[in-house]
Amino acid sequence: MTSWVPAEFTAALPEIFVALAAMALLLIGAFRGDSQTRTSGWFAVAVLIVAGGLVAGTAASPGSAFGGMFVADAFARFTKILVLTGTALAVILSISYIEREDMARFEYPVLFLFATVGMMMMISANDLIALYVGLELQSLALYVAAAFRRDSLRSSEAGLKYFVLGALASGMLLYGASLVYGFAGTTSFAGIAKSLGANPGNIGALVGLVFIMAGLAFKISAVPFHMWTPDVYEGAPTSVTAFFAVAPKVAALSLFVRVLVGPFGSIVAQWQQIIVAIAILSMVLGAFAAIKQTNIKRLMAYSSIGNVGYMLVGLAAGTEAGVRGMLIYLAIYLAMTVGTFACILAMRVHGRAVEGLDDLKGLGRNRPALALVLAVFMFSMAGIPPLAGFFGKYFVFLAAVQAGMFALAVIGVLASVVAAFYYLRIVKIMYFDEPADAFDRLPGREVGVVMTVTGLFIALFLIIPGPMLHAAAVAAKSLFPG
Amino acid sequence: MYSAIVFLPLLGAAIAGLFGRLIGDRASQWVTTGLLLISAVLACVGFARVVLGGAPFDVEVMRWIVSGTFEVSWALRFDALSAVMCVVVTVVSGMVHAYSWGYMSHDKSIARFFSYLSLFTFFMLMLVTSNNFVQMFFGWEGVGLASYLLIGFWYDRPSANAAAIKAFLVNRVGDFGFALGILGTFMVFNAVAFDTVFAGVPGVAGKTVHFLGLSVEVMTLLCLLLFVGAMGKSAQLGLHTWLPDAMEGPTPVSALIHAATMVTAGVFMVCRLSPMFEYSQTALTVVTVVGALTAFFAATVGLVQNDIKRVIAYSTCSQLGYMFFAAGVSAYSAAMFHLTTHAFFKALLFLGAGSVIHAMSGEQDMRKMGGIWRKIPVTYTFMWIGSLALAGVPFFAGYFSKDLIIEAAFASKTGVGQFAFWMGTIAAALTAFYSWRLLFMTFHGESRADHDVLHHVHESPVSMTAPMALLAVGAVFSGVALAGLFTGEASSAFWGKAIYVAANHTALKDAHHVALWLKVLPIAVAFAGILAAWYMYIRKPNLPAAMAAEFSDVHSFLYNKWYFDELYDVLFVRPAKWLGRVLWQGGDGRIIDGFGPNGLAALTLDVARRAARLQSGYLYHYAFAMLIGVALFVSYYLFVR
Repeated sequence: MTSWVPAEFTAALPEIFVALAAMALLLIGAFRGDSQTRTSGWFAVAVLIVAGGLVAGTAASPGSAFGGMFVADAFARFTKILVLTGTALAVILSISYIEREDMARFEYPVLFLFATVGMMMMISANDLIALYVGLELQSLALYVAAAFRRDSLRSSEAGLKYFVLGALASGMLLYGASLVYGFAGTTSFAGIAKSLGANPGNIGALVGLVFIMAGLAFKISAVPFHMWTPDVYEGAPTSVTAFFAVAPKVAALSLFVRVLVGPFGSIVAQWQQIIVAIAILSMVLGAFAAIKQTNIKRLMAYSSIGNVGYMLVGLAAGTEAGVRGMLIYLAIYLAMTVGTFACILAMRVHGRAVEGLDDLKGLGRNRPALALVLAVFMFSMAGIPPLAGFFGKYFVFLAAVQAGMFALAVIGVLASVVAAFYYLRIVKIMYFDEPADAFDRLPGREVGVVMTVTGLFIALFLIIPGPMLHAAAVAAKSLFPG
Repeated sequence: MYSAIVFLPLLGAAIAGLFGRLIGDRASQWVTTGLLLISAVLACVGFARVVLGGAPFDVEVMRWIVSGTFEVSWALRFDALSAVMCVVVTVVSGMVHAYSWGYMSHDKSIARFFSYLSLFTFFMLMLVTSNNFVQMFFGWEGVGLASYLLIGFWYDRPSANAAAIKAFLVNRVGDFGFALGILGTFMVFNAVAFDTVFAGVPGVAGKTVHFLGLSVEVMTLLCLLLFVGAMGKSAQLGLHTWLPDAMEGPTPVSALIHAATMVTAGVFMVCRLSPMFEYSQTALTVVTVVGALTAFFAATVGLVQNDIKRVIAYSTCSQLGYMFFAAGVSAYSAAMFHLTTHAFFKALLFLGAGSVIHAMSGEQDMRKMGGIWRKIPVTYTFMWIGSLALAGVPFFAGYFSKDLIIEAAFASKTGVGQFAFWMGTIAAALTAFYSWRLLFMTFHGESRADHDVLHHVHESPVSMTAPMALLAVGAVFSGVALAGLFTGEASSAFWGKAIYVAANHTALKDAHHVALWLKVLPIAVAFAGILAAWYMYIRKPNLPAAMAAEFSDVHSFLYNKWYFDELYDVLFVRPAKWLGRVLWQGGDGRIIDGFGPNGLAALTLDVARRAARLQSGYLYHYAFAMLIGVALFVSYYLFVR
């Protein structure tokens, strides 16, 4: 379709497009200053939508670019669309917020776009080098985004913590990659797979894998590499946190899956145990630690840790059904989380943003519509049928049970019971407590739209789940050839 | 037609119950009463058919349960027994429905009341027309439910709720026995249909089973278990405690359920199962003794009660005792005869009492009545008729049935028969005494009511007196009209196979040929009782109080109903409450809640507090956690595997 692009780059067309658009926006910003931030924000959204169209238009058959370092398959297509959707929604939510919070600078959407390029590269990485490049491109943009409110101590602290720990994680990842290279003699995923297939008991490559996993687990904030999450979620500007909670999770988890199932697919039995361990730790810690939180952003941080645990259950199964369940969970998690953050962005009293759970008191009487939407998300997170959250959990637990991992599934269900406590407590606070000060009007019409759309998706998922389940199945199948 | 007799009341109950609010009270009354009267007319037609010699038959409505060899149908049996019961139930129920128009006119939930009444009637008809044990049990439990609902009809009164619960629980004891009896019957005969079981009875008669080291005759065991059910439903000694309390319900309910129909279900059951009871002399002996004791016991308690309805309730209890010992000496048809006449005059007495209570603005204590006979002459007349019939004064209904029972007991020539005879005779004197005590205290002498109440005393409306008039006709004439058919020469043709009496059980036949003094004795004691009542309450009105003071022990023993309630309280209620409290506070509260929900919740919070404390905020703690994690995972691979 795109004869003017060299055939070598066709598969990477969406990434190239986003990267070029981001640089164009940067130039425009440099010349026009901060006054056009709203416009460039919407421009970024348009770019992301077009990129989504390009991704959807790529052939279902796997294509590759850059000498095999880059792969575009059905799995990449599914997760890239999730990433682009998540980013676009996060940008939309940001536009009014950054204006009100006096941080509307032109770099904001540009950083999001660069991070997106990095994430898309991660998803399509087919080589350890490509993996690292994508990961760093994403991370560097995110470090800056976390510290975007330079005048805020908390925001700067968050950015710094994220950066230092992220650097440590990157170091471990690189160390692991070098070990793997040392034992396999190649950085290409296909080559590693071949080498391990011939020599499965290679302890050196295994230790390398543990380090790589540590680096990746940091990005998806799985326990015990999760410690940065609550502090960064709380300190970063809320619109940035909304972004953190969705798109990077999708990208890093996709990468995690691709690395484990692809090059290390022949030693499932080895890495499975670590995934099981961090899945259990994440689910349990996410459930328990959130109970004592009083800040809703911190609470969402622990919630995301727990949710990552559930998704890892799908990966731990190590089967096609497990990956399919994980992808379904990812999509639903994205909608729930974006919607919840839209609600959090609406938490403003007397022109000031508030984040305490106590501020939600009596929301059911003050703002019934907002309370209803938030209640839908909370019930969905708690996994109560017929809301979408239930199906996410259902599919990953089903995969675990089918793979014979009963203990894992049981622990997961028990953890979700504990987690239900704090989700439902929010509902209780909204509907049964004496009202606190009423919230201001919604910060912008787009926030209401995002809330409504995601809320409807969650509430009505049951009616037409078919297309999503099918797409996830196709994506999962592309990782398990034959 | 026969299905209509049973199902029309159900239809009425459903309409009034489900759509009562929609169609209003008046329409609910019309629908339920109308359908019931139709049903009553049909029942009379069915009865006439049996009298004219129609053969008994079953109407199968549908298959109910089919499981292996276990088969139960919904089937309606129409033979002499069920025809009699259908007439009694539908006629009395129809009268009570009509009476309630006036009696309940000031109530808030009229539609509900009529719905319950009709529902009760349906279950009662289901019980009496069943041709198998399971359907009978269904009806049995159904009337228990309706009774519960109606006793507790005024659910805003704590005493009514307590009485309803008590009735339900005491009946549960009886029903447990009944259920065991049914299960045992199925075990022995592998069937629950009456015909099949009855056909098999002669084959197992005399056989024994071993249970807990005891050797018991099969038929005795089964009959005694079934009889426990009958005792509960018919308020026989030991399981009688619920009946007086059940008077908390509206008076029409007392008339219908706790006098005429439901409480006689036990008697009906024993008669229906006569082919089984006839094969166990032990069971018959027990039935006789329990019946005789109840007749005597309840009559003594009735002597000293002051609540007008309680007096009649104990009277009912006592009369049921008569019916049981009649069945015990194999005079089943006499029992059924007394059941029928009793239904008329006891319902009449209850409705009369209701009319008095209505006139006295809800007052039930006879000590606050008196001297009102001029103001409510119609009610007064009906109460006299009812009492004459109850006391067995010649040519009223009770005379024919009760005297026959007493004579049959004597004619049975067994030891327990003699016992029952003397108990019955004494009870007859007591019956006459308390009946006239009631009449005198209520209607004669100086009035002891408030001026206000007295001022309002008025005769009841026609809707209440008309049904009473019809029942009064029954109370006067049912005895003379039915004596020949039920117990005379034509009786064996009338009952046919419905009642079985072993050839050597000739008490009833012999009863017609006893000595003259025996025929006179019951009448004499009745008149003696009436005279005594007149002497104590009209001639020397101070005498009862003086006697109560003189014999205070006896008086309080009787007044407190032989301390049965207190005994049960100590024996069953308190231990049960104690056990409940132990299981609740210790078992559920401390152990299950403590280690279960509350313990887990506390543990969860504790873990949450620790987990939150991990998050110190220091960068080096975070980095340390990551490194420890990696180190652990690596060492796991290096050393453990």
